[in-house]
Amino acid sequence: MHVKRRTSHTGDAPHPTTNESDCYMVATLTGGERQIALVISGLVAICGLTLAAAGRQDMLGAHGFIILVFGLACVFVIINGFYEPEPSPERFSSYYDEPIKAGVIAAMAWAVFAMFIGVWVAALLAWPDFTFDQEWASFGRLRPVHTTGVIFGFGGNALIATSFHVMQRTSRARMPDQLSAWFVLVGYNLFCLLAVTGYLMGVTQSKEYAEAEWYADIWLVIVWVTYFILYIRTIARRKEPHIYVANWYFMAFIVVVAILHIVNNIAVPVSLGHAKSYTVWPGVQDAMVQWWYGHNAVAFFLTAGFLGMLYYYLPVRAQRPIFSYRLSILSFWGITFFYMWAGSHHLHYTALPHWVQTLGMTFSVMLLVPSWASAGNALLTLNGAWHRVRDDATLRFMMVAAVFYGLATFEGSFLAIRPVNSLSHYTDWTVGHVHAGALGWVALITFGSFYTLVPSLWKRERMYSATLVEVHFWFALAGTLVYIFAMWNSGIIQGLMWRTYTDEHTLAYSFVDSLVAMHPYYIARAFGGLLFLLGAIVGAYNIWMTLRTAPLTAPRGSDAPQPVAVPGE
Amino acid sequence: MPEFFHRKLERSTIGFVLAIIAAASVGGIVEIAPLFTIDETVEEAPDMRFYTPLELAGRNIYIREGCYACHSQMIRTLQDEVERYGPYSLAVESRYDHPMLWGSKRTGPDLARVGGKYSDFWHVAHLTNPRDVVPESNMPAYRWLARNSLRTEDLPLHLEAQRAVGVPYTDEMIENAARDAYGQASPDSDSASGVTERYGEETQVRAFDGVATRVTEMDALIAYLQVLGRLTDAAFLDTAAPQKPPEPIE
Repeated sequence: MHVKRRTSHTGDAPHPTTNESDCYMVATLTGGERQIALVISGLVAICGLTLAAAGRQDMLGAHGFIILVFGLACVFVIINGFYEPEPSPERFSSYYDEPIKAGVIAAMAWAVFAMFIGVWVAALLAWPDFTFDQEWASFGRLRPVHTTGVIFGFGGNALIATSFHVMQRTSRARMPDQLSAWFVLVGYNLFCLLAVTGYLMGVTQSKEYAEAEWYADIWLVIVWVTYFILYIRTIARRKEPHIYVANWYFMAFIVVVAILHIVNNIAVPVSLGHAKSYTVWPGVQDAMVQWWYGHNAVAFFLTAGFLGMLYYYLPVRAQRPIFSYRLSILSFWGITFFYMWAGSHHLHYTALPHWVQTLGMTFSVMLLVPSWASAGNALLTLNGAWHRVRDDATLRFMMVAAVFYGLATFEGSFLAIRPVNSLSHYTDWTVGHVHAGALGWVALITFGSFYTLVPSLWKRERMYSATLVEVHFWFALAGTLVYIFAMWNSGIIQGLMWRTYTDEHTLAYSFVDSLVAMHPYYIARAFGGLLFLLGAIVGAYNIWMTLRTAPLTAPRGSDAPQPVAVPGE
Repeated sequence: MPEFFHRKLERSTIGFVLAIIAAASVGGIVEIAPLFTIDETVEEAPDMRFYTPLELAGRNIYIREGCYACHSQMIRTLQDEVERYGPYSLAVESRYDHPMLWGSKRTGPDLARVGGKYSDFWHVAHLTNPRDVVPESNMPAYRWLARNSLRTEDLPLHLEAQRAVGVPYTDEMIENAARDAYGQASPDSDSASGVTERYGEETQVRAFDGVATRVTEMDALIAYLQVLGRLTDAAFLDTAAPQKPPEPIE
């Protein structure tokens, strides 16, 4: 990938507001692909109609209707562009970037939406009457909207978009077809839409980070298998003998998330006309399966996938090769092997057998080695580029992300130690830990990657405003710090109050006492979240203005699949 | 040498994917599969009951409203928790729970043994507006629960799905599910006696929301909350320091 930050300065570059057709999506498909897309969209619409009819007594009916409208909208878009001229055969001499653009836009839209919901639920804990007496606005329903929106809406779209970009560049191969990528991206967003609208209506499995019901889960399996096949087919077309390290992580992300998703979501629906289902796993086994899933959703969705991003965009932006190939191997296989044992640390001191808890704790502590190998590898890559970190907020996003990755993984191993967990579990400390990872690591690496990716994707000289990138950086960093400091304080105070005894050997505080003590921290946390949200809005605006008004790069030769600078050794 | 091996592995897409699957499978297999085969994982509790249709419906409302996001149902084996909430939770107590609702966060207190701790009337007031009974509370108000009638006609399907995943509901229970849900919340009706016949004498049959003429979502949720921790006495007897199990509520 070329990062054209120092191309000739042209003040009179054309304003590229109209050079892209609105139906670029369909125009880049071949005639055959348009027909298949039409058939698939029609089938989706028919499935929606069937569910709407079968579930007319149930919330499933509403979802059937949403699927129907979604399918019909796709049919409409395809028909609208059906007779556009077909793409020329020359397309094979360039990468297929259109779905990546859509993925970036979708990710930013989900970010703003879901972070707004996050601020709202944070405010609900301090001011519980912000529900306006609406069923859908109570904490229990909005909270999964926030978690699903940021993890799957924002994170998932960002991963899909960047993985499409990285897999093509590092393989020096175009995707084998145009349709698969669109199916994955659009289908995935349908899943997110079903999940989020479902929670508002009370449709949920209650499994944390896997709340979506059976029909949405089945749909996600179809989408995900397509994603996997697309990835494998593109990698198989590579002109590089070796598979680059970023792709290892993206492949682990895709493969393992599929396994986790399928096993955790095996369930029996009440009927084909009901949204509700019952998981096959009972009690203690369900707890183990759930947290095996839950923790590895963190590992393979929020860590492996984003490490894939880091291993590509960080070296590109820093213009330095990855520090150590051996460290990459060590950390990759360490993460892939160790993480899958760690889930039981969510169940310390519970009715889960002691031996499983001990295994979970042991592997969680060992995980620190591959985690810090990755974080160290990233930071050492910056050796020789620290002046760029100072000057370039985009690179600083990624540097701080690597630091937070190191901090959050250390904290994770620490919290997994049983006696530490006895204090931290069930408290806000866990919430703070998750956000150190989610805000500090996942979101910052994504923003850094996007600021690297967006100008090259839309062939702009640079971002619309470097100042706004800087503003976003400081909002994001300040928001993250306020948030996690508030949660450390509240979590530790909470944990200590619950276990404090008086001299008479009775519990010193009632539960409500601990709740009252949380109030100032809940306000601080909502404020920290608000800062982070403002940063994301600034980022979304900056990206939007970049693709509307930033000057185009000077025309270059063909945009690969030619030899390009592949970071790494 | 290991590096040489890896350089070869990196050249094969399929080989790499298989290696990922192999490496990632071990942990889950070692930790999950034995939970189904080692007998000590779930204790014996011959007196263990399972949810009546009304309690199951209440549990589904608990899930629908996301109560598990702030309330755990898992008392850990720590002294302060046992003193605050009661005997630590046993695996057998959630043996018929699909899914389990152990929770991961206590913005509010643990509910594993909340059954019988407060009166029905307290629960109605608390769910209608928590701040009326606990001024410092930050729990949302759930006013619509008393307004909404409970959907009971599809309860046989729910019980059938529960049976498919392993809860031993009988044909008779499935057949009478809707009637039993009505009966459990309508103590003076003809349907009330069938509930205790089918689900045991311990089953609580009351107008949980205080209104006997109508079965609401409030009835179902309170019936569920009042049975939490009371499906078996095992936790009171099977521990190092046995306690007297709670008296049945009248």
